[in-house]
Amino acid sequence: MPIITKEQQEYKNFAKSKRPKPPLLKNMIMAFIVGGIICTIGQFVLSFFISRGLTPGQAGGPTSIVMIFIGAFLTGIGVYDKIGKYAGAGSVVPITGFANSIVSPAMEFKREGFVFGVASKMFIVAGPVLVYGITSATLIGLIYYLLKLL
Amino acid sequence: MKKLGSQTVKFENPPSIIGTATIVGPKEGQGRFKDYYDLILKDSIYQEKSWEKAETKILKEAVEMAIKNSKIPTSKVEYFIAGDLLNQIISAGFAARELGLPFLGIYGACSTIAQGAILGSMIIDGGFAENLVAAVSSHFCTAERQFRFPLELGNQRKPTSQWTVTGAGAMVLSSNIQNPRITHATVGKVIDMGEADPNDMGTAMAPAAVDTIIRHFQDTGKTPDDYDLILTGDLGSIGKDIAEDLLKQKGYDISSKYSDCGVLIFYPEQDVHAGASGCACAAVVTCGYVYKEMLKGKYNKVLLVATGALLSTTSSQQGETIPCIAHAISIENL
Repeated sequence: MPIITKEQQEYKNFAKSKRPKPPLLKNMIMAFIVGGIICTIGQFVLSFFISRGLTPGQAGGPTSIVMIFIGAFLTGIGVYDKIGKYAGAGSVVPITGFANSIVSPAMEFKREGFVFGVASKMFIVAGPVLVYGITSATLIGLIYYLLKLL
Repeated sequence: MKKLGSQTVKFENPPSIIGTATIVGPKEGQGRFKDYYDLILKDSIYQEKSWEKAETKILKEAVEMAIKNSKIPTSKVEYFIAGDLLNQIISAGFAARELGLPFLGIYGACSTIAQGAILGSMIIDGGFAENLVAAVSSHFCTAERQFRFPLELGNQRKPTSQWTVTGAGAMVLSSNIQNPRITHATVGKVIDMGEADPNDMGTAMAPAAVDTIIRHFQDTGKTPDDYDLILTGDLGSIGKDIAEDLLKQKGYDISSKYSDCGVLIFYPEQDVHAGASGCACAAVVTCGYVYKEMLKGKYNKVLLVATGALLSTTSSQQGETIPCIAHAISIENL
């Protein structure tokens, strides 16, 4: 990191006073409502599969598939980014947001071809989530396993 | 000597702007200067296969239109000076391939139009050419995919972020004597006040604009009263506010005649957050609104201070702060 001079620090403080604050409360309320709606839809799908005879454990998989499809579909028709603009984390965190983060770069980089475009750029947003998600899940699983051995 | 003070040039035979052209995207076409653009696109892909091709096409067409508006034959245009935001300034290079004019590619981020006008004016006043064209382009969709995220990603933009203008602006400079003319140019220094947030470029660039404006006044002995309009490039609402305050602290009150292209292009209800940015931002306002109003005589003395943030995605990711630049040109009806 570059060293910050006194003059730069003073400017930083001055600029901070000029910067508008993000509308945190509004953002949180929107995230809560939209995230809640997405999860409610997920619950409907899950309940549907259970009503058709799957156990709650078995119904999780197909529910995720349906939700990923919805996320990918809404991304494809150019709607998900508009939801995301208002919902913020409310539409990023659910699995539909994960689908959006993979489908949107795949669409964007299609013009660079299927190998160097779609395939290699597909995970530019979701990649870090996968890497650290899988790594931390493995580590915690290992710790859990070792603790059980004791 | 044509040099004034440490950073300013006073042209002996001020080059004339004999023709301009501007092309903008549909969103810009709904903005404040909709009546001043030569062409407003119906969609920003412009019947091309990629956003990059579309950007090249609007740059090329803006240049052709500007030459046509200047009423000189293309064979008399001796240089094509251009730049854009994309890696290796491909829009400019690819447009030059189509245009077949001797090409000087330049990069000054969003300050490129002023950089091109300065270099072009020096070439003309130096006697190295009679006519040349300076042009720039930027495109929201090419800039987003290079600097930020895929278009369809459902993320939220920060309140400080700015919207890259889709468009191109071109001006034909000539030694023919007619108004308006470029009388002075102040080449800015790179200023870095330690800002590192690529989503808040107005804050990063404001000190560079302030430095160049003060340098311009000191070198030329002019005061804000010598201008009808002082226009910064793309500081946006936050950067403009900062620049105005910093200038006031240093004893220059420009507030009555000061505005910023980034603040002006879009209406607030177009929801672009802090304003517009991009090479085309300063260019379409200068070549469109300012030029046309100067021809009508609404403005006679305009100081354009185009600002640029000289960052890349690599430098940002490596935690570097943002080096910023501002170049000033005085455009006057003599």
